[in-house]
Amino acid sequence: MASTEFQSPYVPNTYPDRRAMLDAIGVDSIEELFADIPDGYLNYDLDMPSARNELDLTRYARELAAMNRTPGDYACFLGAGSYRHHIPAVVRQVAGRSEYMTAYTPYQPEVSQGTLQTAFEFQSLICQLTGMDVANLGMYDGSTSLAEAALMASRITRRHRAAVVESVSPLYREVLNTYVQAPGIDIDTIPASADSIPDETACVIVQQPNFFGYMEDVDRLAKLAHDAGALLIVSVDPVSLGMFRPPGEYGADIVVGEGQALGVPTTFGGPYVGLFACKQDYIRQMPGRIVGRTVDTRGEEAYVLTLQTREQHIRRERATSNICTAVALIALMSTIYLASFGRRGLRHVAELCYHKSHYAASKIEEIPGYSVPMDGTFFQEFVMKCPSSPSEINEKLLDYGIIGGADISAQVSNGMLVCVTEMNSRDEIDNLVTALTEIGGAS
Amino acid sequence: MTSLLERAALDRRKLLMDRSRSGRIGTTLPPLDVPEAQLPEPSLLRDDLDLPEVSEGEIVRYFSQISQFNFSIDHNFYPLGSCTMKYNPKLNDEIASIPGFAQIHPLQPVATVQGAVKLVWELQEVLNEITGMAGCSLAPMAGADGELAGLLMARAYHLDRGDDKRKNVLIPDSAHGTNPASAAMAGFNVVTLPSDSNGNTDLDALRDSVSDELAGLMITLPSTLGLFDTNILDVTRIVRDAGGIVYGDGANLNAIVGRVKFGDLGFDVIHSNLHKTFTQPHGGGGPGAGPVIAGPRLVDYLPTPVAGRKTDNGEETFSLDAPSNTIGRMGAFHGNFGALVRAWSYIFTLGKEGIPQISEDAVINANYILSELKGYYDLPYDRTCMHEVVFAATNLRREHGVRAMDVAKRLIDYGIHPPTMYFPLVVEEALMIEPTETESKETLDYFIDVMKQIAAEAAADPEMLHEAPHNTPNTRLDEARAARRPDLRWRRQE
Repeated sequence: MASTEFQSPYVPNTYPDRRAMLDAIGVDSIEELFADIPDGYLNYDLDMPSARNELDLTRYARELAAMNRTPGDYACFLGAGSYRHHIPAVVRQVAGRSEYMTAYTPYQPEVSQGTLQTAFEFQSLICQLTGMDVANLGMYDGSTSLAEAALMASRITRRHRAAVVESVSPLYREVLNTYVQAPGIDIDTIPASADSIPDETACVIVQQPNFFGYMEDVDRLAKLAHDAGALLIVSVDPVSLGMFRPPGEYGADIVVGEGQALGVPTTFGGPYVGLFACKQDYIRQMPGRIVGRTVDTRGEEAYVLTLQTREQHIRRERATSNICTAVALIALMSTIYLASFGRRGLRHVAELCYHKSHYAASKIEEIPGYSVPMDGTFFQEFVMKCPSSPSEINEKLLDYGIIGGADISAQVSNGMLVCVTEMNSRDEIDNLVTALTEIGGAS
Repeated sequence: MTSLLERAALDRRKLLMDRSRSGRIGTTLPPLDVPEAQLPEPSLLRDDLDLPEVSEGEIVRYFSQISQFNFSIDHNFYPLGSCTMKYNPKLNDEIASIPGFAQIHPLQPVATVQGAVKLVWELQEVLNEITGMAGCSLAPMAGADGELAGLLMARAYHLDRGDDKRKNVLIPDSAHGTNPASAAMAGFNVVTLPSDSNGNTDLDALRDSVSDELAGLMITLPSTLGLFDTNILDVTRIVRDAGGIVYGDGANLNAIVGRVKFGDLGFDVIHSNLHKTFTQPHGGGGPGAGPVIAGPRLVDYLPTPVAGRKTDNGEETFSLDAPSNTIGRMGAFHGNFGALVRAWSYIFTLGKEGIPQISEDAVINANYILSELKGYYDLPYDRTCMHEVVFAATNLRREHGVRAMDVAKRLIDYGIHPPTMYFPLVVEEALMIEPTETESKETLDYFIDVMKQIAAEAAADPEMLHEAPHNTPNTRLDEARAARRPDLRWRRQE
């Protein structure tokens, strides 16, 4: 019997409590309750460390954290799908309220109106931001939103090809490949300048701004898709929508994107929230959780999970998706973020990113050996061509207290994707320029 | 007076856009400190951005007020079967918010995030040990995402062996709805497998269902009936002998953690809902984390990345690797790291002494409720249960016209969150109760007294139960209307 004198701080029952309960149950020992486990398979001999108290574990966690070089301590120019923006204190404070943080999925609406009403707010604000008719309560992340959108387009059009513009994030395209392998959707990679797509294409998928930070000619792609009977799926950076035209204006059918940029820390890649919005007509094919407004038996307005007949707990193998989580807490953070900045504030954030990144690009262009090879309008990220391997340059930049941009030499030879947001002060940008100048092309 | 009271109630529910007043703002940023660049041509820009304009204090008061309309684990007991709503230690949240974890970027060179990758590696190792499996990927972002990963791994395994006929996945009739949905997403046909009269897998039906078209079996152990399948060794052997993969849904891992290992029982792949057994605030519906953990047959197919460790003269280095036959990526980055940190914190706080206590106390608590409520509610499977007990309100329906839903809603009046209702589907009027190990005997005694009282109320005043709950901001909602006339977002009143 494993019963030791150990008393976990998370378990209230003591040995006398357990004894009293076993007596009430009518068994002599705990083993009797595990009697259904086949003989010889009970095994409590775990090869793992002994319990650590709060003080010791915190010390150890801080040691591990100290092994990481932390943006904030370092100037950081990384983006490529995860963005550092200022998060107002109110976001963490309010979303951290235990009434939100430790609540269950709102299947019992009478005791979940807080969660449900904030979910309705999220759906509303995402519609305002994207210019779309309806939004769900979020997917796991931006990449899975994109993959689910492709599956949804295939259900709607009953077609089994997806045309993906080659400037969509390579990581997102990898996730798309994982998701479409079993349903048998063929992926065609097309240039943004394509003037035709294969027959029977369900959707054209474009990222705006694209993986390299630049604006695509989405009007042309919308026409290309719609003329061929395909849907246009646009993956957006929501902060860019603070200043750039929303997808609803250029005919997007489904809009997806990474919601992390709206008030969520980068946290080494997750948890994030995948945005998902579409036209009204497609609502019953939309995956994920949706909250609707209705009335109670007294006629008072209230909110409830709705359209659940699409969902796995009713339709099982015919469900629109297996998704059973909504990342509701992260959606709440984004809601508070959007409310904090509001109509003018988000525009301000976007413009800061725009001007600062352009300032950085103009300074980098002046450094001998470096260049900004792509033309066109960019938002907050741009490609810098380095005189030598970007990973070597990044290693040297660490000595200057700088975490450089993403190494995209797989896409652009000696390419580095540089991201500049409002988090990067002029000093940081100038220091980057100085450091790059000093590092030069030496390897 | 009444009108002002009504106004207060209405104002509290007023949406952000209706609170908006032109000119207000909730936060500000530093001014631009570089020269302005030329803006793009106007056709690329938007001229409207209709977002609310509210001050910071208004935001705080609004969200704080409506937060009071929620139940939460910090305030209420949640005996929710198969959802495992247990207390979420505060230490976990503190550790996850250390800047060296919360602020790091997923694309930093791996040499600059050694501590984070070491943490991931430690969590992988301990999950392998607890479940008796060979390898683990922490990439899946929820239980259902882990299911999809595991099934895609099974698919890739069969295809690699040229076994392209293997299209059928057996799923018990008591399974979670995500199981059939995940199997369908992974391209399989779902074949439903019945339970026998004791709630175990029906072995005859299983033998009849296996063939060279069998891709695998997906089973929750213990089952959603709260029962440990006493046929499990036969089940896994029959499936494996037929060339199938055995998938274990780890939703009920809480019942057996530190007691019995899936790997020892013949499972090839499982997922663990870290947010359940190893605590993660449920957040009103996410985020979670659903690592997929594989035995020798499937370990090379795990989704990328998997953390690796090399030691050289006592110097450790950690890496993020792609397994040799990986099914690919489940998400853009490395999974829900913030959730992984919390699970890591929970597991290492409990350690080898505390982990077996999870299942011990969870099982004692559930059996205590079983023994105390037996006779008050029907018990479809009168056996020792594991971490959850499934009662049926069929006696109340038959005698008083009171349904499981009414019992559930009445519990709200007593400050208790309803149990899982009408699930598993194989039990009529099911009330599936899972107390978890973090509830005290006193809390259980209160719950037991309340459940007995509700049974008495059903006899005395069934109408009162039909109308429950009585003390919530809203009475029962018109869910049919919500679905028939979808109203899914704020719109400006014309």
